[in-house]
Amino acid sequence: MKIDIILAGVGGQGILSIAATIGLAAVEAGLYLKQAEVHGMSQRGGDVQSHLRLSDKEIASDLIPFGKADMIISVEPMEGLRYLPYLKKDGWLITNTKPFINISNYPDEEKLMAEIKALPNHIALDADSVATELGSVKAANMVVLGAASPFISIEFEKLENAIRTLFGRKGEELVTLNLNALNTGRKFSMEAQK
Amino acid sequence: MQKLLLLGDEAIAQAAIDAGMSGVYAYPGTPSTEVTEYVRSSREAREKGIVATWCANEKTAAETALGMSYAGRRTMTCMKHVGLNVAADAFINSSITGANGGIIFLVADDPSMHSSQNEQDSRFYGKFAMIPILEPSNQQEAYNMVHYGFDLSEKFQIPVMIRITTRLAHSRAGVVRKSSHEQNKVGLPENLRQFVLLPAIARKQYKMLVDNQPAFLKESEESAFNTYLPGKDKSLGIIACGLAYNYLIENFPERDIPFPVVKVQQYPLPEKHIRRLYEECDSLLVLEDGYPIVEEMVKGFLNLGKPIKGRLDGTIPRTGELNPNIVGAGLGFEQEETLDVPSLVAARPPSLCKGCSHIDSFTALNEVLEIYGRGRVFSDIGCYTLSALPPYESINSCVDMGASITMAKGAADAGLVPAIAVIGDSTFTHSGMTGLLDAVNDKSNITVIILDNSTTGMTGGQPSSALGKIEDICKGIGVDEDHIRVLKPLRKHHEENVQIMKEEIEYNGVSVVIPRRECIQTLNKRMRDKFKEKAKAAGK
Repeated sequence: MKIDIILAGVGGQGILSIAATIGLAAVEAGLYLKQAEVHGMSQRGGDVQSHLRLSDKEIASDLIPFGKADMIISVEPMEGLRYLPYLKKDGWLITNTKPFINISNYPDEEKLMAEIKALPNHIALDADSVATELGSVKAANMVVLGAASPFISIEFEKLENAIRTLFGRKGEELVTLNLNALNTGRKFSMEAQK
Repeated sequence: MQKLLLLGDEAIAQAAIDAGMSGVYAYPGTPSTEVTEYVRSSREAREKGIVATWCANEKTAAETALGMSYAGRRTMTCMKHVGLNVAADAFINSSITGANGGIIFLVADDPSMHSSQNEQDSRFYGKFAMIPILEPSNQQEAYNMVHYGFDLSEKFQIPVMIRITTRLAHSRAGVVRKSSHEQNKVGLPENLRQFVLLPAIARKQYKMLVDNQPAFLKESEESAFNTYLPGKDKSLGIIACGLAYNYLIENFPERDIPFPVVKVQQYPLPEKHIRRLYEECDSLLVLEDGYPIVEEMVKGFLNLGKPIKGRLDGTIPRTGELNPNIVGAGLGFEQEETLDVPSLVAARPPSLCKGCSHIDSFTALNEVLEIYGRGRVFSDIGCYTLSALPPYESINSCVDMGASITMAKGAADAGLVPAIAVIGDSTFTHSGMTGLLDAVNDKSNITVIILDNSTTGMTGGQPSSALGKIEDICKGIGVDEDHIRVLKPLRKHHEENVQIMKEEIEYNGVSVVIPRRECIQTLNKRMRDKFKEKAKAAGK
């Protein structure tokens, strides 16, 4: 078993929480893991990505080679497309459709959606709206992770446990919110594939 | 033993705690910051009484660590590659004094310049100082090397460098801890003149360092971190240093590399392994992240022997970080065609945060600059360097820590009017104060704008050594009190702030303007923590 994931977003959107959740679940599952993060300058509202690699065998490189990622999980629609050179030809793009606009030349949203829909394998959902309905837009990242979860061959329960561990210190309310977000995202994705 | 999921930086910090380190000294700098952060937030480190201090700069940090080593205890000093330039005087001379308690210089290089102004390779410094260098290829090795590094340092009474790069510093993996080592007791060096580098003593000490080189080489050749891996296909021999080894393996999913490989993770370069590789193979390929230092050494100036491939002959690009594809291409493997980035994807450069005080400062400064024209602002290193980009485009230099003030002085001496320096509070106490003294002594016509957000912002909000001291420092250095002006960078004070900046820029002499408002990130964090505490108290 081997999964290579590119996580994409804008600094501050919580891709490291997604990485931490999958990471904890992977450790519980007894898998090897490597996760390259971006710290420093780019975190100031710039594009950020993380390479997340899981395997039942030892992993060599911290970076995923071009064309080898099984999926891109993106919390922002344009940012997912930025890393397409990493994606396998039949890989999945799982993306939030809600743009994060902090630049003046942000592309036309319809054209952006057309690019996403042109990919053979994609799941696109407005995670911000889903999360807001569930209680807080801050859980949008977990909605996206939920949508990606059917493609990550780790038991779903282990992802739930990871959320309990990660958010446990911050109170029961946050745990429930994020678990709901994860489950709602997952349901959307299962429906979409039917 | 317990398996932890740690960044390379964190693995090093945990190892130092476990290996009996008594103190870590550093100045924040990406990608080295998380080492000291980790020790500072570790309960275990606190319980063990380990000192973990953010110092004024890398030089003061390195010297403090050397003092702790003098007193017989294990210590580490951490910095980014360019931080070692600042600490270089202490670093090079510490190889002459040698160590008493184990001392490690942890230096994090940044090939591809993810968050830096150059991609200099610290291995050159290690070679220059003639000390052992360790270069881990993964988080577990980074952990193990700290234990080994302290032992090595004490065995030879010599500082040891651990060189990592951004990729390892900021990548997470499982790490197994080793049993822990008690902290050393305070103990003086056997020879009380060891650290006195008077010429007569320094000559002896230096000779000892030179005489020790064969021992360092032997240690390196016998080290488990340097290995010769046999291979059947002798048409090529590969030297893979540090992380480069991982990228090599990545190109052979079954780990069945047909070529002989020397995995290098400790320097001096293990001559025995390299010589064997050279003798057995028709040609060599050198894979290393950073500058082609090993390639240059193996190739030699005259390049007389067998073909040596690497960054110098273009087999590998001369600049930038390695990755599995670059290494694959270097091996002659065809690279698959990949999906393209759609042309509509726009660049998203980093930018100043919403609500950042620097926005108001640069808006005011830009208005003042309309009078004089652009091209007169010397800047420094911090979040405010982002004002080089649109929409501000306010600044015209960013060279090294502290260079804003001194470059403004030089330009003023040359006749540029006005000459303005822009520097952050933490950068000012790091390396700006001495330059200000030069300007005061020469009565230079410069205006120094000290953007005081009361933190070291770019690296994530570490405490600033300048906190609450800036006006007193400027007065003490001799800046006329009437020309030290503090203002609050808020939109509602815009007109007033423009006026103050204009007055001080027009003043013929050294003037200091201090726009002061807390970093929006540290403010938000403080408020969140306060809210949490209140909620906790209310819950009880």
